[in-house]
Amino acid sequence: MTRFLARRLLQMIPVLFFVSVIIFTLINLIPGDAARLFLGEEASPDALLALRHELGLDRPLYVQYLRWIVGMARGDFGRSFKDNRPVFTTLMQKLPVTGELTAASLVIAWSLAIPAGILAAWRQRTAADYGVSAAALVGLSIPNFWLGIMLIYLFAVNLHWLPASGFTPFAEAPGRNLRALVMPAAVLGLFSAAVVMRQLRSSMVEVLAADFVRTAKAKGLGDRIVVVRHALRNAVIPVVTVMGIQVGILLGGAVITETIFAVPGLGQLAVNSIYTRDFPMLEGVVMMSALAILVINLAVDVIYSLIDPRIKLAGGRP
Amino acid sequence: MSLTVEAFPGLRQRTAPRRGIRHLAVRFARNRLALLGFAVFCAIVLVAVMAPWVAPFPPAKTDFTAYLEPPGPRHLLGTDELGRDVFSRVIFGSRASLEAGLIAVGLAIGAGVPLGLVAGFYRGPLDDVLMRLTDAMLSFPQLILALAVAAVLGPGLAKAMIAIAVVLMPIFMRLMRAQVLTEREREYVDAARALGAADRRIIWRHLLPNSLAPIVVQGSLNVATAIITEATLSFLGLGTQPPTPSWGSMLNAAQQYLTQAPWLSFWPGVAIAVAVFSVNVAGDGIREIWDPRTR
Repeated sequence: MTRFLARRLLQMIPVLFFVSVIIFTLINLIPGDAARLFLGEEASPDALLALRHELGLDRPLYVQYLRWIVGMARGDFGRSFKDNRPVFTTLMQKLPVTGELTAASLVIAWSLAIPAGILAAWRQRTAADYGVSAAALVGLSIPNFWLGIMLIYLFAVNLHWLPASGFTPFAEAPGRNLRALVMPAAVLGLFSAAVVMRQLRSSMVEVLAADFVRTAKAKGLGDRIVVVRHALRNAVIPVVTVMGIQVGILLGGAVITETIFAVPGLGQLAVNSIYTRDFPMLEGVVMMSALAILVINLAVDVIYSLIDPRIKLAGGRP
Repeated sequence: MSLTVEAFPGLRQRTAPRRGIRHLAVRFARNRLALLGFAVFCAIVLVAVMAPWVAPFPPAKTDFTAYLEPPGPRHLLGTDELGRDVFSRVIFGSRASLEAGLIAVGLAIGAGVPLGLVAGFYRGPLDDVLMRLTDAMLSFPQLILALAVAAVLGPGLAKAMIAIAVVLMPIFMRLMRAQVLTEREREYVDAARALGAADRRIIWRHLLPNSLAPIVVQGSLNVATAIITEATLSFLGLGTQPPTPSWGSMLNAAQQYLTQAPWLSFWPGVAIAVAVFSVNVAGDGIREIWDPRTR
């Protein structure tokens, strides 16, 4: 296990290198002078020159790149153009908010998708199956920002049950924090639930047709034991993969739901830094989200081996 | 994706049955839901093409005597803050969505498939670099990468399409590479080579057509992704720009009138959902006729 982890962590390095190159290239392709963005339109030429020197913008691009990644390796992501605070500090402030939102939506997604997927596969080609499958298809097709707007209209504008936007940290007021997260988490969770349910259903259908399931039934085991202990355990591997991918989708989805519900997380930060052309911040957010996905993919691989001992953690190339 | 393909080459070999298009069409038509999705999608395409004749008003025609009017006999779906007819704008908005969906996926396939072919055929250092590059691109959350690319390119529908294509491209590249890795080991490739065919001929005349099935399946499903992403970018102000109507930008503008004029926020979303649903259902149908497990 240790060797596997070490190997996988080492394999992350070239990927992270490419990730950083892509981000750096993208940001440098954006037209406009960073020093002017930082100081504003009325800045004097001398001040611009001095700042360019201070930020290292007068150096060749590869020097700028090296300074950037060396800085990041030490936890220095640069300073925001907007408020001059270290990017890293802001990222660390926003991370728990998005983390909580993601966790809440995963809870919603799994608690809907797992029973629904099992039911649809177990009662295949019945009304229950068709109903659940149709609901999942609809769930996949509804854009999450529109669902967010509709929920705001229904529950905030009309019924006044939930706040339309705003966010209170959990530590300050747990009740208000959870009330503010219900709608954004539901928006994100419903979409994920649809994806996970479809995957679970199709792999359960396959497993339920396998010989060992027939054997288990022939032994006289009850439906519940066959479904949960025999079938589910074998069906869950592709589902774990999908769940890993889901986290990436949730981080992307957080961009839009956080914007709509004014949740001050990484997603809202990404959009705001695009609007205000705060490029160091944008670089930081994108880098952070890519890193999160790489770590989660690794975690998914480890979870595989825990669920299914047949999978050896050889660490072959993906 | 490539993991399963490489782990079970034997399974993958039988994925592309060499059967006529007509046979596939019959199988597809037997799936009534898929057929419905396909019909709805064709209807949307038709409406988009015929928009000037179908829509009761020009999409940009303002009427200050009738702004924020609720749905009624004259304006079926009401009017917006400038008195423009929402129904007509929803109809014209289909153009941006379809263009984005079809062109972005076309660009992604056009760039990803040749790269995947070359990487899978020649292997070696080029393959390694391309694969690490796709690893890197796939480790961004799709929407965040699309946003970053759109921020670089600036606002506009064409630029949003490019941003979406950039995000989708690595998917096709990996898929194509995985296909080629198994296809290149098969007898017909040896046979072609024995007959003296050059690499280029083997790649384009033999490997490409024999590896396309999963690309078609993935492509059809990704049209839905592209439509949603375009709407999302436009909703955030980075896609289609006013006064061109698009479902995403209509929803963006409608947000501030949510309490006064909720219909503004309703119909464009329904339109997106219907379009995406039709593509998803039809795409599912296409996948089923090509997937050996469901046969």
